[in-house]
Amino acid sequence: MSDFTSSFWSWYVIAITVGGLAFCVFILAVASKRTVMADDNSTGHTWDVDLREMNNPLPRWWMGLFILTVVFAVIYLALYPGLGINKGTLNWSSAGQLEAEHAKARQTMAPLYERFMAMGPEALAQDKQAMGIGERLFVNNCAGCHGSDGRGSKSFPNLTDNDWLGGSGVDYIAKTIAEGRQGMMPPMGAAVGTPEDVKNVANYVLSLSGSAHNAIAAQLGKSKFGACAACHGADGKGLQAMGAPNLTDKVWLHGWGEAAVIAMINGGKTNVMPQHASRLSPEQTKVLAAYVWSLSHKGDPKTALAAPQ
Amino acid sequence: MDSRTDTSTTVQGAVKTVSLYQKSKKIYPRAVHGFFSNWRWALVWITQIVFYGMPWLQWNDRQAVLFDLLTRRFYIGGLVLYPQDFIYLTGLLIISAYALFLFTAVAGRLWCGYACPQTVYTEIFLWFEHRFEGDRAQRMRLDAAPWNGEKILRKGGKQLAWILFALWTGFTFVGYFTPIRSLGASVLSLGLGPWEWFWVLFYAFATYGNAGFMREQVCKYMCPYARFQSAMFDKDTLIISYDAERGDPRGARGKKVDPKSKGLGDCVDCGVCVQVCPTGIDIRNGLQYECIGCSACIDACDGIMDKMGYEPGLIRYATQHSLQQHLTRAQMWRRAFRPRVLIYTAILVLIVGAVGTSLWLRSPFRVDVVRDRATLARIVDEGRIENVYRLQIMNATEQTQRFRIAASGLPDLKVDQTSDIEVGPAEAQWVTVSVQAGFEAATQAGPGSHEIHFDVERVDAKGAPAVVREKSTFIVPR
Repeated sequence: MSDFTSSFWSWYVIAITVGGLAFCVFILAVASKRTVMADDNSTGHTWDVDLREMNNPLPRWWMGLFILTVVFAVIYLALYPGLGINKGTLNWSSAGQLEAEHAKARQTMAPLYERFMAMGPEALAQDKQAMGIGERLFVNNCAGCHGSDGRGSKSFPNLTDNDWLGGSGVDYIAKTIAEGRQGMMPPMGAAVGTPEDVKNVANYVLSLSGSAHNAIAAQLGKSKFGACAACHGADGKGLQAMGAPNLTDKVWLHGWGEAAVIAMINGGKTNVMPQHASRLSPEQTKVLAAYVWSLSHKGDPKTALAAPQ
Repeated sequence: MDSRTDTSTTVQGAVKTVSLYQKSKKIYPRAVHGFFSNWRWALVWITQIVFYGMPWLQWNDRQAVLFDLLTRRFYIGGLVLYPQDFIYLTGLLIISAYALFLFTAVAGRLWCGYACPQTVYTEIFLWFEHRFEGDRAQRMRLDAAPWNGEKILRKGGKQLAWILFALWTGFTFVGYFTPIRSLGASVLSLGLGPWEWFWVLFYAFATYGNAGFMREQVCKYMCPYARFQSAMFDKDTLIISYDAERGDPRGARGKKVDPKSKGLGDCVDCGVCVQVCPTGIDIRNGLQYECIGCSACIDACDGIMDKMGYEPGLIRYATQHSLQQHLTRAQMWRRAFRPRVLIYTAILVLIVGAVGTSLWLRSPFRVDVVRDRATLARIVDEGRIENVYRLQIMNATEQTQRFRIAASGLPDLKVDQTSDIEVGPAEAQWVTVSVQAGFEAATQAGPGSHEIHFDVERVDAKGAPAVVREKSTFIVPR
């Protein structure tokens, strides 16, 4: 009853509903008879000289149907919510019905998921039915950030490559789906030094992967990389245990180019993948993890990455 | 509803109180035989053989006509229709409507009299009634008689026959929506699902109630067609008419007496035309909205005329003009070709042609393009701009088909698709497709949305090659 601030409106609705029903019955009882002229079966009303209202009675079953609708309304209002805040004797609610339908769906799906639970991730990735379900789970739960094809976007990781920040394998994916993840890079501008130093370090970072960079700046920045090495390693290859990205590949999660790297060093970043354990059952999570895993393991990598037609 | 009164007398007479709700009078239509009644029975047979027979036909190892609501596929012979093909239903409804306009303008309520399920099932139920309880007079006697063994037997037998027939009808109806052969097996083991039970019983109940009890009440009070027929009739519409000029004044006379000597017309006032009428009207009062055009009165009257040795056709299909202006049959029929009828015919032919052609040229598959709901665009290797789409490819045939996807509309567009997409018989498949535009091309096109289209081509076409083109947009970020 959050829509209304006082119980007055509940009583208002009840009064109108019950009053309306009572009025229908009253009208049926009182106004079912009419006076007509016995000789010509008209009501005696005449307009425009000779236009007369004839008595044209409805069939009685029609009235029967009307009474039935009133009876139906009474029964319905007794069983279901409708009369103000009265919940009805069946205690029905849309949320309850949804839950019941979910339970029923879970029950029908149970044997299917039971089969899936007995399978390994590779077998699941080969199973057409499992992957069909996995795809739908992905589109409904993951595509909002990672895209329908799982290739992500800026700040949303690409799931189809083999670059994994904090670990790899199906279990890692399943854990990430269930519990979520938080990636954090602290602001390092002050630790690196002057803005000029930051620029030099950025160029050094770009040079690690052979991306476009200023070679002189990179040379100058090398000595300042020590501030980054604690997480990314002295060689910049990252540390999976910490979730620190490899800087020597060309995967740029938060943007590509000098400006993006400088912004990252100065501002840091907190990146969040939300937990899904409250939305997905462990069985669903397993199937979904196998689907995500399959995105980066589509058969032979050579054919999977062949030139588009 | 016999409220025809002489309007010239508006005498303020006695007053009485009546109920606004009238108990309906039971009508006992008398059985009738003749030319039109044979036609009516022929149509009963045709429509019912089609209705009860069709779900049993097989095609390609499945039911030939099946409206599969669960998977949203409608199978009609070799035709597999998707919800996207709903336009054909619209076409069918328009054709039905125009056919109704045309037939009504030419010959009145042909539909009501010969093909309407309400009439057809009433006819069948009346036939059962006739078998068990006899004809009109016997039925009236039986209803008036006190309950005894014979009455229970006759009435009970009739009800049993009605109920069995109605159940079979309900079963057949559900058989159009769920495979009837397995449905039959589930009925025998009482293993139907709750909705199947509901619809079998509901449709059976509707048949039983409408054809057994409601009968003419449906036509008189529920059916809207009766109400707007006046907009479709004109004075050249064939209606069932009583030739008042020839028939009146009415009166009884011996077979050998010349009516003219008694100052009488040809109508012997036997009342048979009223007794056979399933809606209980007297056609001699002229056209009434209750008249469903079943022509039972024509057959009945012709029978009497024959017995009396008079010409048939005192009650006949005639137009108002032909009665007033004493047209010959040929003259009357010539008037059928009036602008209204010709226009209806032309439109009908046009629409039938259009729907037929579009069905004939229908693509063997359909494609829906949905842009990715999350990612607008992203930049991948070499600065290429990538957009993601989901394509739903619906196979509208019963063979597996393979498809290749191409996109065009911007220079240097590439579809990142590695292998042909295979879609099984009558299946629909979602395919996620990434489309890339080269950096140069994208810069030249400028930021914003650009119209592109997908060409989905069937590659292993055993039949004619087929391409479906669907529009979409490609977004280049700023």
